[in-house]
Amino acid sequence: MTLLAVEGVSKRFPARRGLVDVLSGRPRQAVHAVEQVSLEVRRGETLGIVGESGCGKSTFARCLVRLYEPDEGAIRFEGADVLALQGDARRNFNRHVQMVFQDPYGSLNPRMTVGDTLAEALSVHAVVARAQVPARVRELLDLVHLPADAAERYPHEFSGGQRQRIGIARALAVEPSLIIADEPVSALDVSVQASIVNLFLELQARLGLTLVFITHDLRLVKHMTHRVAVMYLGRIVEVGPTADLFAAPRHPYTQALIRAVPHVKPAAREARRNRQAAVTGELPSPLKPPPGCAFHPRCPIAQPACAQAVPALEDRGGAWPVACIRVSG
Amino acid sequence: MRAVLARIASRPLPAPLLGGLALLAVMVAFTVSPGTFAPYDPLAFDYNALLSPPSAAHLFGTDQFGRDILSRTIAAAAVDLQIALFATIFPGLLGSLIGLFVGWYGGVADAVFGRLVDLVVTFPFLVLVIAIVAILGPGLANMYIAVTAVGWVFYARLMRGEVLVQKSGEYVAAARVLGYSTPRIIFRHILPNAVRPVLVYAVTDMALAILLGSSLGYLGLGAQPPTAEWGVLIADGKNFFTTAPWIVLFPGAAIVLAGLGFSLTGDGLADLLEVRR
Repeated sequence: MTLLAVEGVSKRFPARRGLVDVLSGRPRQAVHAVEQVSLEVRRGETLGIVGESGCGKSTFARCLVRLYEPDEGAIRFEGADVLALQGDARRNFNRHVQMVFQDPYGSLNPRMTVGDTLAEALSVHAVVARAQVPARVRELLDLVHLPADAAERYPHEFSGGQRQRIGIARALAVEPSLIIADEPVSALDVSVQASIVNLFLELQARLGLTLVFITHDLRLVKHMTHRVAVMYLGRIVEVGPTADLFAAPRHPYTQALIRAVPHVKPAAREARRNRQAAVTGELPSPLKPPPGCAFHPRCPIAQPACAQAVPALEDRGGAWPVACIRVSG
Repeated sequence: MRAVLARIASRPLPAPLLGGLALLAVMVAFTVSPGTFAPYDPLAFDYNALLSPPSAAHLFGTDQFGRDILSRTIAAAAVDLQIALFATIFPGLLGSLIGLFVGWYGGVADAVFGRLVDLVVTFPFLVLVIAIVAILGPGLANMYIAVTAVGWVFYARLMRGEVLVQKSGEYVAAARVLGYSTPRIIFRHILPNAVRPVLVYAVTDMALAILLGSSLGYLGLGAQPPTAEWGVLIADGKNFFTTAPWIVLFPGAAIVLAGLGFSLTGDGLADLLEVRR
């Protein structure tokens, strides 16, 4: 059932050291973008990863496709160790795991027609015989609801939403089983967002895709994911079934996030105003994460013990794991 | 490339580009078939018409040996066009490849490259070229070697900067996620997006190359007499400047027009190649 298993993955980016730091022998600082993340992606599901900007979710996504090499941990795809793959085996992995990028303007080569972009993916991986490439390009365009004549045009002739469809078609060209979508709609207008989200849902149903959907938009997560992992400062603080988790969030950070979702109905808005304030303050610097639980400086229920040790992601008497020592049952 | 061709077909060319291309077309015509345009043999002496001013028989006049200046100016076009091309293509290719390499791989190669560039740009360009030609000996071939040895730096710097910009683009990340090979990413994805400023600079550099070739010719380090080359022609005529200025003026005008032709073409090309995002 598990398609992709992530075990204790960490990614740190060394910070620049000034001459004074070097001379005074200060240790090299590092941005802890992703810390000890363990997660599994089940075949056919949509897994959401949510968190504030800068919490490391994009870095984590890039580790999954090896755009970044994790410093620690293991990633297994269908049992095979992804980080050890080389050459043809790695190319084969790329065929199975694809990515849709955030920026629909930057993620397409401006000097290649849409048809060339799709045909390149098809021919490099020999997905279909050479003679069938043009026909397959038309099929792919049709799959993402673009007209067939889009193949002759250049990316700059399309709108943001259309370009995102091209990006999705390119990912689909190699017939992957897993697509990692890194904030695929956050650069788009709200009206266009809906059509892209629906396209993802439709493709998943038609092609049996597994999706990892990374976003900071909780409403999207609620709408389209089966399970959700909440990230805070590089760590997963809670992971569980979307409906249950939204109904009864366990981690104080998740509770604060869900409380912060804007409501359209006046009654709901009123109700929200009467509840506890959402999370306050800024995300701490990932260069110097707070000791113990990284959330404790902003947490409404923090105790001195919270600053002592990093809480483990455990069941703690509930139906899904949560990383908070204050949670029980 | 298809994008460029489609753009050329769909849009009327700007006037400066047309002007520049027309000037270059004249130069190419003189190169391909000098006999069609030159009234005399550029090397033939005519002792009955020494230092004769411009006239119906000799439109640009003659020099101290009675050689026809018009014919010599036309014959020189071939040499100067060759200089314009070779003195940019060799350093351009070498520099672009090096820039592509250090831009993509960075690290130690990039650090070494940076120091090397610092070293080369410390010296004035012409002084360094003259020094190398002086060591190797005068002549066109050695001039190309010297220009390549110095000029690649400017192309490499330009290309490196563009590659750095392009390689952080998400389309490159997408290509990597698709499992494309590094040569494919460098040459099919990065290079077409990074080459525009280098191309434009190369065409503009051709104007400078003609000036350089003429300067070295004038100094006796480039094309050797009796080969007709604009700089050499000017050097030949400098002693007669007060009495027979036409020997110097017409090749000088040719240099100016050729330079103008390359500059206008370079500017026009810059507009034409601009990519829309």
